[in-house]
Amino acid sequence: MMRRTWMSLVMLLAAALLALLPLTALPETATPLAADPALEERLMTLAAGLRCLVCQNQSLADSNADLAADLRNEIRMQMRRGASDQDVIDYLVARYGDFVLYRPPLKTSTLLLWSGPVILLLMGIGLLIRALRCRRLQIVPTPPGAAARARAQLLLGTSSAEEPS
Amino acid sequence: MVPEFGHFALILALMLALAQSVFPLLGAAQGKPVWMQVGRTAAVGQFLFIAIAFGSLVYAFVGNDFSVLYVASNSNLSLPLQYRVAATWGGHEGSMLLWVLILAAWTVAITGFSRHMPEDFVARVLGVMGLISVGFLAFMLLTSNPFLRLLPAPADGRSLNPLLQDFGMVVHPPMLYMGYVGFSVAFAFAIAALLSGRLDASWARWSRPWTTLAWVFLSLGVALGSLWAYYELGWGGWWFWDPVENASFIPWLVGTALIHSLAVTERRGAFKGWTVLLAIITFSLSLLGTFLVRSGVLTSVHAFVTDPARGAFVLVFLAIVVGGALLLFASRAHRIGLGGSFDPVSRESMLLLNNVMLAVAAGSVLLGTLYPLVLDALGAGKISVGRPYFETVFVPLMAPAMFLIGVGPMAGWRKASLPNLATRLRWAFAVGLATALLVPLAMGRWSTPVSLGILLAAWIIASSIAGLIERLRLSGGSMSIGAKLGTNSRSYYGMQLAHVGVAVFIAGATLVLGYETDKEVRMSIGDTIEVGGYSFRLDRISEVPGPNYIASRGDVSVTRDGRAVTTMYPEKRTYGDQQNPMTEAAIDWGLARNLYIALGERLDPRTWAVRIYHKPFVELIWVGWLMMSLGGLLAVFDRRYRVAMRKPLHAPSSVSLLPNAGAVGA
Repeated sequence: MMRRTWMSLVMLLAAALLALLPLTALPETATPLAADPALEERLMTLAAGLRCLVCQNQSLADSNADLAADLRNEIRMQMRRGASDQDVIDYLVARYGDFVLYRPPLKTSTLLLWSGPVILLLMGIGLLIRALRCRRLQIVPTPPGAAARARAQLLLGTSSAEEPS
Repeated sequence: MVPEFGHFALILALMLALAQSVFPLLGAAQGKPVWMQVGRTAAVGQFLFIAIAFGSLVYAFVGNDFSVLYVASNSNLSLPLQYRVAATWGGHEGSMLLWVLILAAWTVAITGFSRHMPEDFVARVLGVMGLISVGFLAFMLLTSNPFLRLLPAPADGRSLNPLLQDFGMVVHPPMLYMGYVGFSVAFAFAIAALLSGRLDASWARWSRPWTTLAWVFLSLGVALGSLWAYYELGWGGWWFWDPVENASFIPWLVGTALIHSLAVTERRGAFKGWTVLLAIITFSLSLLGTFLVRSGVLTSVHAFVTDPARGAFVLVFLAIVVGGALLLFASRAHRIGLGGSFDPVSRESMLLLNNVMLAVAAGSVLLGTLYPLVLDALGAGKISVGRPYFETVFVPLMAPAMFLIGVGPMAGWRKASLPNLATRLRWAFAVGLATALLVPLAMGRWSTPVSLGILLAAWIIASSIAGLIERLRLSGGSMSIGAKLGTNSRSYYGMQLAHVGVAVFIAGATLVLGYETDKEVRMSIGDTIEVGGYSFRLDRISEVPGPNYIASRGDVSVTRDGRAVTTMYPEKRTYGDQQNPMTEAAIDWGLARNLYIALGERLDPRTWAVRIYHKPFVELIWVGWLMMSLGGLLAVFDRRYRVAMRKPLHAPSSVSLLPNAGAVGA
């Protein structure tokens, strides 16, 4: 019996405190828009990488469109129910396809997209090395004579201290 | 009547553009001076007629002539005057007209500043630019005529997207086009050089100021676009990797490679083939950018299908320009000499490496931008490529190139030694390291990405200073500091300024990334909230009428440690019949931080959702871009570009030949 009374007393007190909380907060400090700021931050980080499907090119985090707000609500609910980020992503991809992801998943159709920059880099470096090697083979290194250089510089209208880059 | 004048002027301009391309090109090929002379006259005439056409369109916009279809679809009665003028280039047809107007203006500028070049070379340059103009004018007259009538005329036009009713929209597109079109000059110089077989150092020097000037405009255009997105879109970002942004950034990256490669070609006669190729690619990407943004293909690949004439014309035109130029290049490539020799470790190789990195970065951004379009067109599914992809790819590619900025200018032409460079740069590197450790500590929270960014930024600045000090030491001991500073050319200072600009940009971008704070709160009148050490109080919200909108405006007073800092006025604007109100963020600019307030939804009559950001050092991003542009401008006005080519030769009396050591490479 005793225990029950205690329990109800504590609960009553808690309820009263909870009811008072917005009252005390209201005139002074602005309250966060989200009920749970930590969860909201997680939501926004995730939503920044997701596309708002009806917008021109905006992330779900940035968009003010109704659909974006609905989807954010949906994600929020799922997160509250304990869904992981991956669960949410899986749910959205099942519903809207890869289009919703700003980071395209690696699959056969995106293989070239993800490997492209590496291939370009290797090609670039390869061409660079080849070009440098060819030059060394083809050019007989003859430093221009002093007279020729003076003439060239006069033609260029520069003194030798000047040097652009 | 006036639109018909404009239409007619456009047709005449096309005729003149034909004359401007056919006569000078044939004249140069057959050595007929009279034919070559036609180019200059035709260029001026073409400019006049395009200006008349452009003026007619502006006139139609200012006078609200809704019987012109293009005016009716891009303007309305309630639009303020300055935005009616800017609406001229708010749509596809008008922006094409702006494009040819700027092309004609660049052409006239060439006729004015080409006295020192051989007449046949100028003729070929004008001819090539005439050909580009023919393509664009024909495109407009056949598929995108801005002067088409809409009869009967509607009483009012369609509303212009409120996002575009902004000063940024007035200046951003013309600036961007000045850059895009400016690269047509570099392209025309390259083609003229290929045609005439004059691929030498003088060609590079003629081309260089023009190319740099185009790059300056493109840089300003990109920066303005970013600034506009920051203050107008209302969610505080400054770059979104949107295809529209990428369309201007890709030519910028390749253009940056081009101005560096031109430096080598001018100084050392090397990389001639590569420089020509880059000039062709830069302009091709500018064309691609123009069409990507304006054809609607980015919103939907199917925009091309709904207007097949337009799409087909664009593809054919691109194929002719790019294919023709590359064919010409391939046929002449074997005649291009190799130029001066250099070692694997030398300024030449470093600039070449910088070129490779920039080109690979540009290629990767292009890949990410076009990939979803291609997949969609092939019916292989719809995907989105956004920020996560671009940042993963772009940052690791650019970081080494940024590091090279510190080393390249210190390396001698032809030959450099790594141990020697390391000795000369050890202090700069130490300063960089120390700054990278101290700045995050001073900001109160460790962040590895920020530290790496600051390392690069401080390294670039410190090595630039080290380079300058070395130069001052090496130039004559008896001179005063002022005189010593005066011995360096404007292009040297331009380069330094631009490189420091890159560092400033990196510093801003990383600091704001690492230390930005924001809060999204519900605020009633009288509520306060603290963000980033500043206290914000919502004093009141009032209805304020604008010229063609009604705004709910909040008065937010900002204090810090009890002292008043400023009052900010974020707005939520409702334009006429638009459903969604537009966010007009309030920004308090400061050297060390930006305060940024965006008004959200009204939750109840006294309460609003408000998002407040504290963004440390964000403005360094645009300061950096401005410094890059100013650096380019300094280089354009270097003395040596103004020295006439046909100056009589006399024996050098005071040309000193310093040894090719350190930064004083010849």
